[in-house]
Amino acid sequence: MMQRVFAQTRSAALRHRYDFCAGCGHGISIRLISEVIDELGLRERTVGVLGVGCYSTNPVTFDFDCQLALHGRAPAMATATKRLQPDRLVFTMQGDGDLAAIGTTEIIHAALRGERFTTILLNNANFGETGGHMAPTTLLGQRTPSSPKGRDAEQHGYPTRLTEMLALNDGVSYVARVAVDKPANVMRTRGALKKAFQIQMGGRGLSFVEILTACPSGWRLSPVESLRWMEDVQQKTYPLGELKKPAA
Amino acid sequence: MPATARAHGTIAIDPERCKGCDICVHYCPPKVLRLGPQRNTLNHRVVELFDPERCTGCEICAKVCPDMAITAVYRELRAS
Amino acid sequence: MSQRMFMNCNRAIVEAAIQAGCRFFTGYPFTPATECLEQASHRLPESGGIYIQGESEVSVINMLMGAAASGARCMTATSGAGYSLMQEGISHMAGIAELPCVIVNVSRGGPGFGNLAPTQSDYFMATRGGGAGDYRVLVFGPETVQEAVDLTKLAFHLADKYRTPALILSDQMLAETTEGFDLGEPIAEALPPKWWATIGCQGREPIYSGRPGKDYGPHAEYLSGNLTLNLIGFDGAGRDADTFEAHMRRLAQKYQEIEAREVRVDTWHVDDAELAVVAYGTSARLIRPAIEAARAEGLRVGLIRPITLWPFPTRVVAEAAGRVREFLVVEMSLGQMIEDVRLAVEGRAPVHLFSTVGGVVPRPEPVGVEIRRRLGATAPVPA
Repeated sequence: MMQRVFAQTRSAALRHRYDFCAGCGHGISIRLISEVIDELGLRERTVGVLGVGCYSTNPVTFDFDCQLALHGRAPAMATATKRLQPDRLVFTMQGDGDLAAIGTTEIIHAALRGERFTTILLNNANFGETGGHMAPTTLLGQRTPSSPKGRDAEQHGYPTRLTEMLALNDGVSYVARVAVDKPANVMRTRGALKKAFQIQMGGRGLSFVEILTACPSGWRLSPVESLRWMEDVQQKTYPLGELKKPAA
Repeated sequence: MPATARAHGTIAIDPERCKGCDICVHYCPPKVLRLGPQRNTLNHRVVELFDPERCTGCEICAKVCPDMAITAVYRELRAS
Repeated sequence: MSQRMFMNCNRAIVEAAIQAGCRFFTGYPFTPATECLEQASHRLPESGGIYIQGESEVSVINMLMGAAASGARCMTATSGAGYSLMQEGISHMAGIAELPCVIVNVSRGGPGFGNLAPTQSDYFMATRGGGAGDYRVLVFGPETVQEAVDLTKLAFHLADKYRTPALILSDQMLAETTEGFDLGEPIAEALPPKWWATIGCQGREPIYSGRPGKDYGPHAEYLSGNLTLNLIGFDGAGRDADTFEAHMRRLAQKYQEIEAREVRVDTWHVDDAELAVVAYGTSARLIRPAIEAARAEGLRVGLIRPITLWPFPTRVVAEAAGRVREFLVVEMSLGQMIEDVRLAVEGRAPVHLFSTVGGVVPRPEPVGVEIRRRLGATAPVPA
């Protein structure tokens, strides 16, 4: 007699299909966030603050209250929201362009203040929504429409280490970098998200989960090739692991 | 539980959500998935479970799918 | 019940805000608005609210967006260049998210970094909006500390009522004017609950704040999709048929309603005036002695003092244009409000400008000379 062992989760807005490109890692991340929120029973007490990118301009991302922020500004909105509603689960979900380019001021100062929300960074090594342009997370040698000969340190500078820099601040309690490229990493991503949300509900300072996600369209690779590139190339610059954990 | 047991499962696929990205096919351990000839209304080829006997219900396809196209996974234990 | 207090305008505005239920204040230090932050930094926590110092005016306006989306009355105070940095956020709060907040702009010398002395040269930015797209915000121009207190309370009320940002256009001279005032009572009119606040979706469908749409549901049509979906005729099962065009039409209707109902203006000796002086805020206050002196000599001069700068008292100015011979606009800028006066007058009478810039304020003596020159320049109008 077969038992159902897996079903799609409530908060992952099931009434509409996702308009992401085939193989986009954002869809997996959004589903995992939804699964954890539903497992923790927090759907009706959650306010998501979404940055600007493919992950927020879908008609529907999550089936709970969300605020749509201006580009880079989600941590400022989340600061006010969490301080005014401290018993709610408040998280920002931002792309790498949103957070590490235009939004550096807001995330750094939220980290300095030790704001008690969670930031989820979707790192796909480019500005996906505009067409795959160079972002602070674009790797050296990576070709994009705005670095057509490949990112060159002399001309374009180096990829950011913003995540590592955030971990240095006392106001930050948890920093993890995970990926959704293969099944084991998908499970680790789910674990990191759950840990981050539990840390928030336990009253600790800023928790931060960076998720490496595939962008087949931006990278001009097939979905499966994109997953290989993540492991072979992207994770050399952005290694996975827990960068900071709360003291026991 | 029998002394030796084998997992057997099946999945439910929402063809309108599938984009034929091939990721589940790539990661399926018993290799029982493939992109079928049918296309959905967005013109994507849709994944199909072509060898249901050998599906183990491991859930990997559902977990790596970016589009929530695998809407359910079922599993039972059989004597081998 | 009266509550007499004695403090400068910056601090008085914060007291009025607290009485109006302001629960969240954020700001970035900027002369001459910084005293508002100082006052808020201890009075907000005392009154059960939140004070937080933002890291830039860009962050400040976005914190206000989060506070407003959470259903709280919220405020900041800044000056010219800081107000410039807030334009994107204000545009979004006014024209897309439809969120209320109160912003005090203590105008100082502009453009750019400017200087620290008073001007009225942020009028365009305030009333035309410096952010992208079609939108307006409520703009108030107080003349005295008492009026600033009353208008602050009104600003919170109307901002919530119409779901729009409201701006108090103060200036450096008024900000540092210390006088007695009566804090008075809170505004009595009850307002409907904030159904659109993102406080968690218990017992209702989720709300998406910051996306246009009549119900802010996550299933409404989204911004960029509008054009594409219309072009290819793709509707999508279950999607709300609300469009961005419909949103903009609703916004226009809201502004028409505000223009019909919320104009505030003060008129002084305009009924028999041959020359109508138009001035607001500190300009109006400083030149009142000139008008008084001229009237004492039998000169028929009056004052139209807009209190709401948007909505502008177009009807009052237009009505006066049918009776007066000419207008004299006195403002501390190269001429900004004069454009709204000319639009209302529609060419029926000459409109002159008495302008002071660079932090110089209009003194009553030279304005008095100008009034006499205007009225003595031609023969009196026959009875």
